[in-house]
Amino acid sequence: MRLLTHNMLSSNIKGVTNGFPLKIEVEKVVEKQVEINHDFLRNIFPKIDWKAFSDAARTMGYVELPEQAPDPSVLESDLDFLTKFHHALLELHLEEGALVCPETGRKFPVNKGIPNMLLHEDEV
Amino acid sequence: MWYLCVFYHRLLDYRKPEVESLADLFGAFEDKRRPGNRVLQWRLPQHHHPDSPFYFVDLPSEDVAKNVANRSILVKGIYELWGEGGSYEELEEAVKSYPDERKLPYLGSESTFKITVDSFGKVMSLLEQNERIRGLSYISFKGRVNLKNPDHNFWLMETDDIATNNGLPPVAQRRIFFGREVGGADRKLLPTYQLKSRNYLGPTAMDAEMAFLMANQAQAAPGKLVYDPFVGTGSILVSAAHFGAMTMGADIDIRVVRDGRGPDRNVWSNFKQYGLPMPIALLRADNNLPPWRPGLKEVFDAIICDPPYGVRAGGRKSGGRKLLKGVIGPYTVPDDKRADHIPSTAPYSLAECVHDLLDLAARMLVIGGRLVFFYPVSREEDSCEDHFPEHPCFELVATSEQILSSRYSRVLLTMVKTSSYTEELALAAWMKHLEFKANHSKWLEEGKNLHSSVFSPAETEQRIKAQI
Repeated sequence: MRLLTHNMLSSNIKGVTNGFPLKIEVEKVVEKQVEINHDFLRNIFPKIDWKAFSDAARTMGYVELPEQAPDPSVLESDLDFLTKFHHALLELHLEEGALVCPETGRKFPVNKGIPNMLLHEDEV
Repeated sequence: MWYLCVFYHRLLDYRKPEVESLADLFGAFEDKRRPGNRVLQWRLPQHHHPDSPFYFVDLPSEDVAKNVANRSILVKGIYELWGEGGSYEELEEAVKSYPDERKLPYLGSESTFKITVDSFGKVMSLLEQNERIRGLSYISFKGRVNLKNPDHNFWLMETDDIATNNGLPPVAQRRIFFGREVGGADRKLLPTYQLKSRNYLGPTAMDAEMAFLMANQAQAAPGKLVYDPFVGTGSILVSAAHFGAMTMGADIDIRVVRDGRGPDRNVWSNFKQYGLPMPIALLRADNNLPPWRPGLKEVFDAIICDPPYGVRAGGRKSGGRKLLKGVIGPYTVPDDKRADHIPSTAPYSLAECVHDLLDLAARMLVIGGRLVFFYPVSREEDSCEDHFPEHPCFELVATSEQILSSRYSRVLLTMVKTSSYTEELALAAWMKHLEFKANHSKWLEEGKNLHSSVFSPAETEQRIKAQI
């Protein structure tokens, strides 16, 4: 599971009002190289919840991202930032671990890189 | 400018929409002031049947024509027509009167060329073909012949004048075309991607040709993010990834997305097999209760899918309990069993599935983004466009039918998101969701299964209409 995915997901258990961001329990992180595409990064940047994203990157052991969302102009000029953004967003992989609902503590397991977001019968 | 567009003679209903989607992708409609109009001008040759593989199409430039033809799956070739006629005498006259300034740049002595003779509706021997080529001596070809890799490809195409009953559309009159090729489909893709050599297959994997057509309808391209909520073995996303898009997929069946059939037979390996970039994400999620964070919207450039409509694979959604002794009791998962618990799922009716899909697309697609999906249609009564689902955020731009049997066919719908998702729409969708949920057990008890909702289109239509 890449951090882009983490940034999009929330706990949707019935009754939970604040299911985002999911806490990450790390068992195994792997890095998988992805070809950088600047257009894609520019398109996706405004959709990212930056606080959740940079916190998640730190949980995964990557501390190079600024805590505050940078001004979108860096996307045009700062290659170094683009590379770091790309790395954190698409190359860090949670291979084994769990996503934890911030409200109920329910764990959504991540095995072989696939988050299992399916709810139990009594959660829908 | 008008070009001659010759199609492969298959999937007739998919031909023009593919060209129009690609023309839009390559900027053919950018100059026009009428937004939402993504329709090209088409013209049939004289006396030709609409099923004819020969069409004239108006495209803004040769660059657009070339890009469209090279990316397409069903275009055999797009040609700059130098002349046409009902006989070789008429053709000669037409080619001779075609302006020299259009012809001479392609006839120079430093270029190489090739002439191909093609016929539709009959077979021509090599001898006849050579005779036809010699008959073109009135064109002043100065360049050298190169059959392997010529600079310029010329085509002489002939349709037969006998309307034989051979399954081909009747051609009332013989017609001969001569033109310069601008581009054509790379059909070598299809054997490369054919399903029988795919490592990991499911029962509903999309065949390569159709998957490419879907990716073209969705305008998959580099820098775009494409999502398939019913990803299965990833056969649709493979085609989107081939065209350079980033991909993301979800499925309710964890065995399919996580495990496959082993380390080298899973969804990931299907991408690795062709050297394509892996999906950005695969997850297990339920399209009925998507786990997207509140406030997240307009992230996908296209959603492409083949929803489970119960013919080869039935749809499932979470939250179901099987009927036990005719009643559905409340159910709680014991705490010590929670970690490994496998939740049971409930049938997912076509109407509910399509409703959820449209709602998801309305929220998650960017403006101008495309939703491309198959919709089943009964052939037993007259079906018309009214039967197709609608949504206030979307404009239906193409419908392409593929007949599957005498009883039903599937229609590929292409919808473009034209307005943003409002609070009211979100609320209406949520009310509908609750209604489906409330009535779910009732429908189950009444024995309304998937099959009946697929094959009673009137009822499906009513339900879909009611929700809008």
